[in-house]
This record gives sequence, C-alpha cells and structure tokens, in this order.
Amino acid sequence: MAQAHPILEQSGFNPDKKLKIVGSSPIKHDGIDKVTGRAKFGADMYLPGMLVGKILRSPHAHAIIKSIDVSAAEKVPGVKAVICRDDFPEITPGSANGDMTRNAMAREKALYDGHPVAAVAAISESAAKAALKLIKVEYEVLPHVIDPVEAMKPDAPILHDHVRTKGVKGADKPSNVIEKYELGIGDVDAGFAEADVTVEREFDTKPMHQGYIEPQGCVASCTEDGQIELWCCTQAPWVYRDRLSNILKIETAKIRVQQSEMGGGFGGKTGFYPEPIAIQLSRKAKRPVKIALTRNEVFRATGPVSGTKSRIKIGCKKDGTITAAEAELVFQTGAFTGSAFTNAPQAMFTRYALKNVKTTSYEVVSNRPKVNSFRAPCVPQIVFGVEGVIDELARKIGMDPIDFRLRNAATEGYKTIYGETFGPIGFVETLQAAKKCDHYNSPVPPGQGRGVAAGFWFNRGGETTGTLNIGIDGSVTLILGTTDVAGSRISISMMAAEELGIPVDKVRAVMADTHSLGFNRVTAGSRTTFSTGMVIVDSARKAIAELCKRAAGIWGVSPDAVTFEDGYCKPAGANVGNFEPLSIAQIAAKTMATHGAIAGHSEMNVTGAGPGFGLHIVDVEVDKETGRVDIKRYTVVEDAGKAIHRLQVEGQFQGGAVQGIGWALNEEYYYGKDGRMENPSFLDYRMPVASDVPMIDTEIVEVPNPRHPYGLRGVGEVPVVPTMAAIANAIGQCIGVRPQSLPMSPPKLLKLIDEHKAKNGG
Amino acid sequence: MDVRYEAPETLQAAVALLAGATGPAKILAGGTDVIVQMETDLIEPSLLVDIKKIPELRQIAFENGGFRIGAAVPGMDIMGHKALAKAWPGVLDGVKLIGSIQVRGRASIGGNLCNGSPAADSVPPLIAAGAIARIIGSKGTREVPVEQIPVGPGKTSLASDEIIASFFLPARAPHSGDAYQRFTPRTEMDIAVVGVGVNLTLDKGGTCTAARVALGAVAPTVLLSKECADALIGSKVDDVALEKLAAAASAACRPIDDKRGTKEYRIKVAGVLAKRTAQQALEVARKS
Repeated sequence: MAQAHPILEQSGFNPDKKLKIVGSSPIKHDGIDKVTGRAKFGADMYLPGMLVGKILRSPHAHAIIKSIDVSAAEKVPGVKAVICRDDFPEITPGSANGDMTRNAMAREKALYDGHPVAAVAAISESAAKAALKLIKVEYEVLPHVIDPVEAMKPDAPILHDHVRTKGVKGADKPSNVIEKYELGIGDVDAGFAEADVTVEREFDTKPMHQGYIEPQGCVASCTEDGQIELWCCTQAPWVYRDRLSNILKIETAKIRVQQSEMGGGFGGKTGFYPEPIAIQLSRKAKRPVKIALTRNEVFRATGPVSGTKSRIKIGCKKDGTITAAEAELVFQTGAFTGSAFTNAPQAMFTRYALKNVKTTSYEVVSNRPKVNSFRAPCVPQIVFGVEGVIDELARKIGMDPIDFRLRNAATEGYKTIYGETFGPIGFVETLQAAKKCDHYNSPVPPGQGRGVAAGFWFNRGGETTGTLNIGIDGSVTLILGTTDVAGSRISISMMAAEELGIPVDKVRAVMADTHSLGFNRVTAGSRTTFSTGMVIVDSARKAIAELCKRAAGIWGVSPDAVTFEDGYCKPAGANVGNFEPLSIAQIAAKTMATHGAIAGHSEMNVTGAGPGFGLHIVDVEVDKETGRVDIKRYTVVEDAGKAIHRLQVEGQFQGGAVQGIGWALNEEYYYGKDGRMENPSFLDYRMPVASDVPMIDTEIVEVPNPRHPYGLRGVGEVPVVPTMAAIANAIGQCIGVRPQSLPMSPPKLLKLIDEHKAKNGG
Repeated sequence: MDVRYEAPETLQAAVALLAGATGPAKILAGGTDVIVQMETDLIEPSLLVDIKKIPELRQIAFENGGFRIGAAVPGMDIMGHKALAKAWPGVLDGVKLIGSIQVRGRASIGGNLCNGSPAADSVPPLIAAGAIARIIGSKGTREVPVEQIPVGPGKTSLASDEIIASFFLPARAPHSGDAYQRFTPRTEMDIAVVGVGVNLTLDKGGTCTAARVALGAVAPTVLLSKECADALIGSKVDDVALEKLAAAASAACRPIDDKRGTKEYRIKVAGVLAKRTAQQALEVARKS
C-alpha cells in the first residue's frame, strides 16, 4: 500500500481552534466577472484565423454506416477541412479507448440519434452548414431499442457484437447487458424470516439531463509541429488530456488543455464531446477551430443520467429494526458502458446499519446517448425506491418516519457493504436536527402532504496538486488544477488565508492548464473543496516553514527558534532574542536578498473523505383534477462537517433540491417510434423555472471530519439524493397512493389519482 | 444563406416587399418565434420584413366604444393598458401567459396568431372576445374574424402578400366578462397543454344571454365551440351548466398524443379548465 501522506495522518484538525475566515461568506473573487459578463466560458475564446466547426449527426437511432462521401462538402467555398471516422486512429472496439473514440465519432455504426458521423471547419457558419448538407452518408437502418428492459430481452437488437455479459459465467453470446454485479452482506433469508413486516415494490425512473446552462464549447489550435492547445469547458482537464492522448495517439506533453469558466457541469462535463473533433479539424485545416454545441446537440448527444428499473424489498420488526433488504436493479447506460452503476448497490441502503443485504445489478446498453456523470451517479434514482419502502414500513408499524430512520441509523464503527468502516459521521445528528427544525414541527397545512427522505454519499478524494506563491508584497496566489464548478476557488482561498493569517482579499486563485501542474483527478464526487483544500493547506504549511527559515536567517537564529502565528514570524521564546515579529509582507519584501521566491507546493492522492448524510422535508399540494404538483415548502438538513463558505454550502443544498424537483416532476425525454428525440429544447424538456420552486430552507449540521484540517465533508452530491423520494412520499400523503414511477408528471399522476379513487369506490 | 432584412415604415411598402419576394419571406414582429425557428434551422427565409417601424401597427386606440390594437404591439404594452385590462381581462390573461417578461417585451398578438400554433395563449381569448383582424394585402383590405385565420399547425389563411395590421375588440355590453386559463406543467415558459377562453354576458337577473368559448391545444387549430357556448346560454352558469360545459369541452377535443400531453389527459383537463374558466368569467361579469 502507498504510504499515507503525513498531513492525512496528522491533518492538524483542531476543533477548538478559533477561526477568523473559515465559516464566513465572503464575496467570491470570480463573482464580479460572472455578473458583468467578463468571465470567459467555453465559447468565449477567439483566436486569429479561427474557423467555425459544425458536426453532422446521425438521424437514425441504430444504423450501419456503409459509406461517407465528403467530396462535395470539401468543394464548398470557405470550407477548410471535412473529417469523418477515417480521420481518427483505429482502436479495437470494446476497449475503453475504443468506446471513447466511437462515441466521439461513429465508426462502424451510428448508435443513437445525434451520434456524430462527420464534421466541417469553414470560415463561416453558413459555409459550414452548407457543407454539412452535401456530405453523403449511406446508412443501413437497423432495428433499435430505447428501453433497458426491452434491451435485455433475448431477441433485442444488439448494439455491440463484442459484448459478453461480465459477471455471468459461460456468457458466450452477444448481449446488451454489459455487466451483472452482485453485492451483499449477511444472510437475507434469515433476515426476512425475522421480520414482522415486509414491503416489496417496483420502481422506475427516467434518464434526465444534467441541464447545465452552458452548452459545451471549445477552441482547438494545432501547430505545424503537432503541438495542441485546447481551450474548453471541462470538469476534468487532465482526464480530457490523457484520454485525448489515448484516442488521438498524441503524447500528453503535446496537448495543453486550458479550462474555461464553468457554466454548469453537474458531472456532465467529465467526458468530452466536441473536443476531439475540433482537434482533428484543426490538425487538418492547420487553423484554430471553434465548436460550440447548440442546445439541440446537447440534448441529443450529451448526458443524460441513467434511467433505472428496480425491485426493492425490506423487512423490519415491530420495533422498527430493519432485519433484511434485497434489491434487483437495472441501469440504462446509453450506447456505451460507463454509468458507474456500482455506486448504487454500495450506497442505496448505506446510512442504515443493516446486517443482511443482497443486491443484483445490471448495466444495459440501448440506442440513446451514452450516460454521463451526475451528482451522486446512479444513487438518487434508486433511493427514490428505497426511501419509499422505508416510509411505508414506518407507517405500517405506526412509527414516525424520522424515528424509524433514527432507529436504524449507522454510527461510527459500522462496517459498510463496500468494506469501509465509518469514522465519526453525522447521520444521527442530521436526523435529530431535522426532528427539531421548524418545518417538521409545523402542522401540515390542510390539503397538503408532507414527506421526508434520507440520503448518503461516500464523498471522494483522489489525485490532487496545487501551488501557493507568496508575492513580493505578501499577497498570495494559488494555482489550482481542479475545476471550480461551484465556488471552490473562494473556499480554498479562505483556507489559505486562515492558515497564513491574512485577509482573504489578499489571496487570488487561478485555474491551471495541464502543463502547469501534475495530474488532477476530475472535479466530481464532492471531492474538490476537500482535496484541493487539503493540498493548499499543505502548501501553505510548507510556505510557512520557509517563511520561518527566512526570518531565522534575517535574525541570525536557528529556524527552530522561529514560530508562525497570525501572519507573523515570531521568536519562539524569550531566550531567542528581542526581535520584532516579521509579517509575511516584510519577509517577502526581502526575498531578493534571501533565497528568492517563497512558495509551497503539494501533490497527494487524498484519502479520508468524510461521508455525507442528509434529510429532506417537503410539503406538496396536488391539484386532484389535473395532477399538477405544487411544492409548497422544502427544507434540506445536511451534515457539511464544517461549512467553509456558508452561503455556498447553502447554495449546494438548494441547487441539489431544485434539480431533484425537476427530475421528480416533469423532466423526461420523448422518443418517437423512429428512435429520435422529440423534445431537444428547454421549451419541451421541462426543467423547472424559477417560479416553480419555493425558497429552499437549509440547515447545516456540522459533525467534523477529523481527517481534514478544517473538518469539512463534501456537500455537492447528497442534496439531490433524497429529493425525488421525499417528494413522492409527500405526494403519497396528499393523494393516498405513493407514486412509483418518475417523472410524477400531471398525466401520470392524474391517472394514479383516478385509479386510486376507482379502487376505493370514488 | 444570406437573408435580406427590410424594415419599411408604411404598410404599403411592407406589402410591396412581400408581393415582390422571389424566395421564402417572413414577417418579423417581435421575432420570438421567427428568430428561434431560424436559429434551429426550421425555416430559412431569404427575406425578413420587419413591421415594427410601421406606426399604426404599434398603437392601441379607442374605436366605436371598443379597442383597436396594432398587430405588432408588444405584450408588455398591452398588459400595461388600463382601459383594456378593465374591458377584456381574459384577453390580457392570455397575453400575460406568453413566454416570460423578456419574451413579452418583444412578442405581439399578431405574431402569436400568425405563428399558427394551436397552443398560442392569446388566440383563444381573442376568439372568445369575437376579435376581428384587419388584413392588408396587394388586393386591398379585409376584415376577418380571428377564428378564420389559423387553418392548421403553422398555417394561416393569409396570402403571401398579406399582413395583419390590427385587431378590433368590440364595445362591451353591461354584465360581461371574459377569462382565459391554460394548463401547463410549469408555471411559465411553457406551452399550453390545454387552453380555454370564455366570454359571456349576463342579463340583470344573472342569466347568461351570450357566450363564446374557445379551446386551445386540443385540435389542429383553436376551436370556437358552439356546443360549449350553448351549455352556458340560458343558464345561470350554475353547477349543472358547468358540468354540461365540461362535457361539451371534452367532447369537442380532437387532440393528439405528443410530448406535451396525452390525448386522454387533454380531453379530461379541457373539461376541468372549461369549468374553472367559466367560473372566472362569471365573477368578472357579475362585477362589471
């Protein structure tokens, strides 16, 4: 095993330390530029001689590409390059790189409506569009399959001839089932035998798009000697670089990826789309090429998250103790594997101290865009069912739903289904805070229903690098590699300022390109403020050690005789000598005369992420004649470990709940019989608008994670995990029957209401 | 492809441009449909005739006790007209539901009608109001009831050289009221799944003497339903009449299943909304 970094063993976490900056809410340093429009996003880069790139996409859900003729397109005035599959290196299908290059540009087959089949770079958009129309693609249209359960059937159209189901012994025929994955602990048969009450239900959820406001945009520029600069909107500059290197066969040292500002990602910008196409166009045209996707392209060919089918069974005793839980789960992954579906069996029950669990999960391909990551990938969809069954059990035995969860809550020392033993966690504290909050103690208004649901996410660490530089005037710059998707620059600047004892306004952070720092894992999994914060704290402590050395040199004493406190180097004791404390600025001003620049740098494979837990409370009103749901009141209670920037933590809680509200109520893809998406716009893909959601109240619980210098836990994923379940539980209370299918859209809900009425004699 | 853009200052010049067009031409008012359709490659006009610089198309005027509204007046201007709001609150409700504040700052009722959508929010209340469109073309002027303008999704009865100049809303009889309600899953920025416009007049005793009911988004064009009107006329708009109205509204629907709603759902909700809208119109009439 790799040796743990000293800071991980000794994070320096001190619960009694008086904090000056951490825990406040200063204005974001990048905020003004966002408000004035000066911030540069993916499509905001302009280079001399830049061309417009446009992509031709498959109109078929499933088709063999027999031939592609680009000759007429190449002759359009203003067109500088036309590319298709022939312009990408051949890579064996079925490998990770083979899938990646085929998703970027179709090779043997087009696998979904919107799959790229060719691209053009031209001096104007109109020339590029005119050329696209002249590309002749000969398709042999094949039968397609959209629904994952249909795709699992033996006679379903097969997407990939090379796939043999992983995890099934003797699987020797091509299948759409990529993998069967089993995970469990204990003995569920014995567990269910002990149960007084058992509830088993089936659920389904639909794919939903991450819904970022900024469509992917990038500019690629390739020089005559093969150097590539790529400007793009990404959550994963290093991952993009390495994957581009793999599929385009270019050394990583020749690809420099510079991340733009992030106009929303939510996981959807962890894998590339137009970037390899822009690079290949630029290589061919020998000019910079910009590609900015349209919303239509974003909907048809990027995202979404997995749709699921699930069967969930849980048993408990009369006193509320859960004795066993069992689940069968199906995950739709789109045209290629990569859903991260194993998160779900690992996380779906985790928060309850269960002893007997059995899960079987399947990942299935079908003719839809390959899914991409989203907050807590694959977990909220399944928790939608789990927390419904939990709620039903609580009601069956007549127990308060939060008490039922408290009865089963995991605590420190519980060994999880995935092998980790919990350190200090805050699930019990979160549930207790929820029970005490004003919302839960207010009566449910007449005609409304109230629901609660709980959620968990692992939180992540991983490879992270960063540098802290002290300027000649004592102000500080940070070089960060992880993308700032939600305000990590200010949070990390706050931690640096706290360490150095200087105001946060004296710190500025920049996002590095991939030549400027070592590898950084993707910004995802609620890891960035935690991991990069740790790296920068380590860098600050290294810089402080150097500051002490310089002060010692100035005073002519041993470095051991100097301490650092509140921004000043001071003699460690009276016997060191009578020296006036030196500020960072005073020491920095003398760097020319000492040993040059003062900086700290750190790279770690960060571990010790503290798991996160949350509980949501929601009141809804349902129009029983139309099936329309109105969210009346919503409260998110969640453990943040320690909120570094309180407003941003609240923003994460609120944003997660809002995305969950859309997923719960109306967001849905409509596919025609021909397998084409019929609603690729925000007009008909019904994400909530501002007036659809109430103010989301928040309550930050703080049970510190001692493995981090400031005790923080990631907060990006948990806020969406329980949302759909909580809303469904509330609707169930309102109309008398709990919906089991997402979205809970007006037509579906009205049908459910009418059926329930008919069953109960009107 | 290059697009020729013209912004004439008279109706005659605008008509002449349309009449002389050699390729596909589009009239541009607020552009909230036309520009979006061009951006998404749904239409590729070679000529755009912007009518916003023609003064008479941008005015709201009193006329014979009623109102004449220029076809290119933006929604926000219509909503800000107090006398219009008092006389025709249902028409204003329809305008209020188009897009969002930003969209309504540009969008006009002429454009909303000529886009030809059966789900256009201002069209059912205009039809229920008995609004008459004044149409100018090379061959002269015609006055046409609004319900005769849409002929199918995206299609109108206008000739290629004709422009709607204005809409006339007649003088109100005492005890008259109108209302428009629509159903959308979201609160705004959404397209009606069903829309209902009701306009009715009561006598002194509270009996309905005249009614017009228009149903949106339940057929290829907005429907003016005589059966719905008959359910109200002669009644006190009581529960029995409202149930009849709901049944008539559901029966009149000829919807499709699509991304915006199922057939079954639209038929059911048309009845629910017809009732609710008639009740609202009744309240207005009683107060006027």
